[in-house]
Amino acid sequence: MGKVIVVTSGKGGVGKTTSTAALGAALAQNGERVVVVDFDVGLRNLDLVMGAERRVVYDLVNVIQGEAKLTQALIRDKRLESLFLLPASQTRDKDNLTTEGVDRVITELKRVFDWVICDSPAGIERGATLAMRHADMAVVVTNPEVSSVRDSDRIIGLLDSKTLKAERGERMEKHLLLTRYDAVRAERGDMLKVDDVLEILSIPLIGIIPESSDVLRASNMGAPVTLADARCAPAMAYFEAARRLRGEQLPISIPGDKRGIFGKIFGRKAA
Amino acid sequence: MTKVLTDARSIRIKGRSFLALVLSPDLPLDDWLVRLDDLASRSAGFFLDRPVVLDVTGLAIDKVQLKELFEQLAERNVRIMGIEGARPSMLGPGMPPAMKGGKPAADIEVKERETVSDEAETASDAPGQAEFPQVRAVAQSLIINEPVRSGQSIIFPEGDVTIVGSVASGAEVIAGGSIHIYGALRGRAMAGSIGNSASRIFCRKLEAELVAIDGIYKMIEDMSPSVVGQPVQLWLDGDSIMASTII
Repeated sequence: MGKVIVVTSGKGGVGKTTSTAALGAALAQNGERVVVVDFDVGLRNLDLVMGAERRVVYDLVNVIQGEAKLTQALIRDKRLESLFLLPASQTRDKDNLTTEGVDRVITELKRVFDWVICDSPAGIERGATLAMRHADMAVVVTNPEVSSVRDSDRIIGLLDSKTLKAERGERMEKHLLLTRYDAVRAERGDMLKVDDVLEILSIPLIGIIPESSDVLRASNMGAPVTLADARCAPAMAYFEAARRLRGEQLPISIPGDKRGIFGKIFGRKAA
Repeated sequence: MTKVLTDARSIRIKGRSFLALVLSPDLPLDDWLVRLDDLASRSAGFFLDRPVVLDVTGLAIDKVQLKELFEQLAERNVRIMGIEGARPSMLGPGMPPAMKGGKPAADIEVKERETVSDEAETASDAPGQAEFPQVRAVAQSLIINEPVRSGQSIIFPEGDVTIVGSVASGAEVIAGGSIHIYGALRGRAMAGSIGNSASRIFCRKLEAELVAIDGIYKMIEDMSPSVVGQPVQLWLDGDSIMASTII
């Protein structure tokens, strides 16, 4: 049985879709079968970031409403053959997602894939709650600024109450992915520092993605940043985050953090 | 220009819980109303002067049907003070407010001395003396072992609340007794909500949006900078909230 991950944040524009694509591609590079599912019905973007917008025939809503089979809607990535995309519909809205329909699709995907990564829409309404409903673990994407942190806090509360795992009385595994981190601005006090964010959210950190033009360039090219340029700083950070999702214990380095040789050796423990 | 308050007394806002009857209608409504009439005829005045909450959880009716139901109930002198479990689309202006967070209590049995065949006699009986279960007056406490997240609210009128973790910005804790927070208080804390002026608020780091004890409110802006960000206890002295650092 595959693992279901929801990539969520509450606030819009913090990098959920970019992170979904980048983590999906990073996990698929070892040959594990990965599907990224776009839950943002009506405002789909994941197909663009994956560079598959011209290959969408059927979508999630078609599958839920029984108009197409799952195999017809899945799009295989041209670069990685173990990476698939299940696109959202652009012409419908989120009311077309039913609890039973999503339940059926996720169950079917879990049978076939090692990782099912659900790209949640912004907000805390139907689309977002259905995207998180079946998750085994959550990646909470947060920017180092107060409004994003507060929205993430709200989402963590929902992950602990509105998911199947929570309803069964189990604990949802939650990971913090800090994106668009700018070391210089954090040092100047224009941005929240890593420790401040961790103190407020108190969930373990799986990665800090530095603010970089490489991310924007990759998105515009229609490629996950981990495929566009695997050597750039944000891609390396996503690769490390993917390894931590697999359960590996790696020290986390804060971009731009000047520390001595001891700091480098002992690294930084995730909270 | 800042506004100057001429009257220094602050406004008291308190929480209080009451026991209400909850009616849960089922479909078809006509049949249910017939059964309600039957109950009323056996126990005249059962709903007289009693607050009634209508529980429509899972009931497949729309706004128009709900309005009709209200009219039907009004004809029977059943006054609805609130609706529980309604979808937002079912509610509108002029309707009782939506209620949530109700705590279950024992079912109320309608006392009935005679059999149904003797309707005429029972109707003349004294109004049905339904027995309300007694609310226990034992001091209780609630312990929460994780942070209270933004948007969550902990409401515990029965006694003290202890939180092992922080209370986030946009979260609130309302307790009938004292509030103890082993972490930062960034949201709202209201202690003594049912009129207990001896209750206090304790926290490891005071960054609250608002604190209140027994209905007296204070914003963090009005507090001395020496207590902000510190481990603090807050208590009530007359009509003003006092704060001092602890440890």
